[in-house]
Amino acid sequence: MSEHKEEPQDGRPYKWEMVIDLDRCTGCEACVVACHAENNIRISGEQEAADGRAINWIRIERYWEGEYPNVKARFMPVLCQHCGNAPCEPVCPVYASYHTPDGLNAQVYNRCIGVRYCGNNCPYTVRQFNWFDPHWDAPLAEQLNPDVTVRQNGIMEKCTFCVQRIRQGKEQAEKEGRRVRDGEVVPACVQSCPTSALLFGDRNDPTSRVSQSAASDRGFHLLEELGTHPAITYLKRLP
Amino acid sequence: MTTPAPAEEHQIPKINRDLLAPLVTTHWSYFLLVGALACLVAAGAGAWSYQFRTGIGRTNLHPPVFWGVYIASFIFWVGASHSGTFISGVLRLTKAEWRRPITRIAELMTSISLMIATLFVFYHLGRVWRWYYLIPYPNQREIWPNFRSPLMWDAMAVFTYATASTIYLYLPLIPDFALMRDRIEGWRKPLYRALSLGWQGTQQQWQVLETAMRIITPLIVMVMVSVHSIVGWDFGVSLVPAWHSTIFAPYFVVGAVHSGVGLVVIGMYVLRKIYHLEDYIGREHFDKMGKLLLLTTLGLAYLYFAELLTIWYGNIPDHRWVVDALLTGAFAGPFWFMVGCIYVIPLITLTLPAFRHWPLGVMFIGLLINIGMYIERVLLIVPPLAYPRLPFNWDSYAPSWVEMTIVVGSLALAVLLYVLAVKFVPIISIWEEKEGLVHGGRQQ
Repeated sequence: MSEHKEEPQDGRPYKWEMVIDLDRCTGCEACVVACHAENNIRISGEQEAADGRAINWIRIERYWEGEYPNVKARFMPVLCQHCGNAPCEPVCPVYASYHTPDGLNAQVYNRCIGVRYCGNNCPYTVRQFNWFDPHWDAPLAEQLNPDVTVRQNGIMEKCTFCVQRIRQGKEQAEKEGRRVRDGEVVPACVQSCPTSALLFGDRNDPTSRVSQSAASDRGFHLLEELGTHPAITYLKRLP
Repeated sequence: MTTPAPAEEHQIPKINRDLLAPLVTTHWSYFLLVGALACLVAAGAGAWSYQFRTGIGRTNLHPPVFWGVYIASFIFWVGASHSGTFISGVLRLTKAEWRRPITRIAELMTSISLMIATLFVFYHLGRVWRWYYLIPYPNQREIWPNFRSPLMWDAMAVFTYATASTIYLYLPLIPDFALMRDRIEGWRKPLYRALSLGWQGTQQQWQVLETAMRIITPLIVMVMVSVHSIVGWDFGVSLVPAWHSTIFAPYFVVGAVHSGVGLVVIGMYVLRKIYHLEDYIGREHFDKMGKLLLLTTLGLAYLYFAELLTIWYGNIPDHRWVVDALLTGAFAGPFWFMVGCIYVIPLITLTLPAFRHWPLGVMFIGLLINIGMYIERVLLIVPPLAYPRLPFNWDSYAPSWVEMTIVVGSLALAVLLYVLAVKFVPIISIWEEKEGLVHGGRQQ
């Protein structure tokens, strides 16, 4: 493969990261819906959902705390953590799971042959598999996003941090000879979050909102002890 | 080869007659068996084509359980292939005389099991029509397979093993092919002529053959150990709780030999019964195989106990969930059944010398061990996957009818290939039996 560096004008690479403030998340799942619309995620239907095969690139994990009647629901949005040291990458026999120069954990759909080892080895269980060819009930097929590949039967897929939006933002910035501005590129989930629980940006820019929030005392990484170096920082819920 | 003493000379025509008999006479029930097996194979092929056309969703797999009975069956059949190499390779290496009537039975199992194991890789792939991405071939995009992936190590190990074991099966067949070339007429004759490579039994040819076998025997034993170690590392090097363990490689090797020896015992019993080979495969062979099974039972139980104890005592929650599910939770039923099949019952029965001299009994234990080891492989894969680290995603899995049909069809295919092979090669190595007369290994 030819050397392909994706660096902005000033030579500093981007490092796309996300911050999720658990104190702000209400579990409304607007992010889930937005992600479906943006990324051409298949409609699974009742049966497939019951079989545990509904595909979501982002999900709200709900945990119950306390004993009845003092029970509280706790919500935690979980999506691909875009690990710096991703367990899904080395196990793929065909390099379908691969790391981009700007720190994204990419899935190359037309390379994937569906051995599904990546799915097993992901400690966050965020990788999803296409068990059948996708289909959309009319008129949903009319609203597919032309910037996103439709995935066929037999391959793995997962959150891309809306890579199509990142590409678009970067190309625009490159044309104008500048870096991508903070907040110029946002994935669908971040855009649609009504409480702004999700933030996205360039972690290599120390002034970006994502860099400042990630430095908070409340910050932690999911399953940090595994050494996967996730690109998503969670902010602990306030008491 | 040394000329046998006159006292043994009269046995040679008997050996030829007895061991060539299965190739020249066929009972009507043979065709019935072939027909029945072919039907099962067709059912399996139908199920696979259905899965191929509609999607891998015809299995019951779903996140977080991405691997199921196809991978379990793959491990099972690679394990079964260890029968041949272990029995034949190790016993040849140690010059154990009693190996003579068993080596061919075992070597045939090795080659056939490996073919079946390979099939399971194809059943498993999501886009099997792109399987050649796994081959390092020069292509325009200059993309190679990822040699850091254990699955690539696995593919190469199985390929090496299949090649080596085919050669290992073929070499000692050459003198027998020559014998059959001279004694069997009909459609097989030209095939035997080609396969015997002009074997005339000259002193020089024997020397070449024996040198070749002396070289390949230790090599194949090493390949055998490495292959199942690598299959173990498919799991051991992952991050999955209760897979991530250093014990997996040795555990897989011993487990493979355990089920492999069990399979050979079944084969010995059935072939001995059908083709009246009591003069060749005696009770003492079942006794020796019983002792081997006892050894593998103890070895495997030791490794399994070490693994469970370490996880249970260490009490790391992610790992402990899996062990609890096995010991007392959702998988306790199959787990304790498996413990009975592969450890407890073999240990109780095979320690009794009288039991080991009872062929039907030893065969039954071989069968139990194989049923148990199949369950063991499923339990090795499914519970660790079913309890991932984020408990929100916990789930379970049981195979679908498509998966079961493919598994049964593949078993039928293995038996069918074996049944057909019996009509093409002598299931007991004729020249090695004769050599045994000289070495005094065969007791009449």
